[in-house]
Amino acid sequence: MGNRIIYLDHAATTYVKPEVFEAMKPYFTEHFGNASSIYSLGRESKKAIEEAREKVAKALKSEAREIYFTGSGSEADNWAVKGVAAANRKKGNHIITSAIEHPAIMNACKYLEGEGFEVTYLPVDSDGAVSLEDLKKAIKDTTILISIMFANNEIGTIQPIQEIGAIAREKGIIFHTDAVQAVGNVDIDVNKLNIDLLSLSGHKFYGPKGVGALYVKKGVRITSFIHGGAQERGKRASTENLPGIIGLGKAIELATENMEAYNKKLLDLREKTIEGLMAKVPYIRLNGHRSSRLPGNVNISFQYIEGESLLLMLDMLGVCGSSGSACSSGSLDPSHVLMAIGLPHEIAHGSLRLTFGDVNTQEDVDFILEEIPKIVSRLRDMSPLYEAVKNKK
Amino acid sequence: MYSEKVMDHFSNPRNVGEIDDANGVGQVGNAKCGDIMKMYLKIEDNIVVDAKFKTFGCGAAVATSSMATELVKGKTVEEAMKITNKAVAEALDGLPPAKMHCSNLAEEAIAAALEDYRRRNGLASDESVDCTGCCNSCGHSHGREEDFEDED
Repeated sequence: MGNRIIYLDHAATTYVKPEVFEAMKPYFTEHFGNASSIYSLGRESKKAIEEAREKVAKALKSEAREIYFTGSGSEADNWAVKGVAAANRKKGNHIITSAIEHPAIMNACKYLEGEGFEVTYLPVDSDGAVSLEDLKKAIKDTTILISIMFANNEIGTIQPIQEIGAIAREKGIIFHTDAVQAVGNVDIDVNKLNIDLLSLSGHKFYGPKGVGALYVKKGVRITSFIHGGAQERGKRASTENLPGIIGLGKAIELATENMEAYNKKLLDLREKTIEGLMAKVPYIRLNGHRSSRLPGNVNISFQYIEGESLLLMLDMLGVCGSSGSACSSGSLDPSHVLMAIGLPHEIAHGSLRLTFGDVNTQEDVDFILEEIPKIVSRLRDMSPLYEAVKNKK
Repeated sequence: MYSEKVMDHFSNPRNVGEIDDANGVGQVGNAKCGDIMKMYLKIEDNIVVDAKFKTFGCGAAVATSSMATELVKGKTVEEAMKITNKAVAEALDGLPPAKMHCSNLAEEAIAAALEDYRRRNGLASDESVDCTGCCNSCGHSHGREEDFEDED
């Protein structure tokens, strides 16, 4: 195999597309002007930022003035939750979110609990979907915000966003969605989907790291996130990350143009991988919804083995994946998402996430379908848990 | 994050398997925590003549199991009882701080297997080795961080 790398961790991050990198370059060295400056060098920067804003707006079918650039997806999530909570505190102190949110939402909510807010963490079913009935029941007179992720980063399950948004709208509650994993993979129309706020991050769709955006529907009350200058309509001060914003704009433009073909390709790789592994390896389980899931997401638990060992063996073959096992997370508990869909600890420890992207091919799938069963059986031969199963038979 | 030696023992683990006529068998850890080690010892004339293991766990768990079987072979029962988690970790050129509990599991697996041997031979003390090695299951300090210096 030599030094070939098979990158199957696109949900963690993507490379920057050459077209995106080319678009960014001049803004490091030549067109470096501060967008707040009056001279033409600064005005050019301002113009370029506004063009990038238009591109993001076009991708979400919103207005450009509803798009605010941030330093990351996590920042957009933090701003959405804390900013809406602070601005609407007089109306109530109750927030509804789900048990499977990204830590950027989860820990922002935990922080708000310490500040006197009340948070309901909606459970999910075994596929990882929230129930609309549960949501309706959780709504109180004091509910000011519902924040439910668009698509889950670990198991890929896509939530019924339009329906959640409709419920929120009917009750006059603000609806935010963390769409960091969805943007670039799913066609999004914020108005059609009843979304009031939406977070996205550049490095999940072949843009640069360190830049994200928050969509805030006109009229939604939210406090400023960084107090300072007048950048981002005074809501998020800081001299703009010019090359980053240009890169984000270019990347989202490309993602929107190529979405149909990209989805088709990923879906094909995903299905071949899921079907192939299910057919070849016994004692496994697909995590996440079978069809309502991100096109490039495969998440499978292999019973009787531990995820980090699996990742290390894959890494020796040049395959990059990820796992929800405790050992790969650095804590003693496996992923909160796998726990929330009801997996026993030992099965959650044996999970493997593979997320496909641009660079992957049919040959990659053939290779992993050849190698993963070998690795799994090698680890199972070493496992006292599997020994017990074999002896029972 | 792992030393070359850890990776070597992970990718080519020594002494994997079972010993049919083992006279000392111990299992520690639990699946909930993501680590289980089962150690088989064959002891003749008070000397550990063979050792094998089976492990469910991360890279460090496999490597420490492998190293523990290497360390225990050829030792007298008394010497084997003195093998510490620190010795196992040092023999592997160290473990990342978050993985120190794995070396503890190795020490406990050896102890549990030796205890089983002593019990079978009417030598067992009253002190039972029932610690699961799981850091959440009891109040013991399994990491024994004070024994090790952080290595980043």
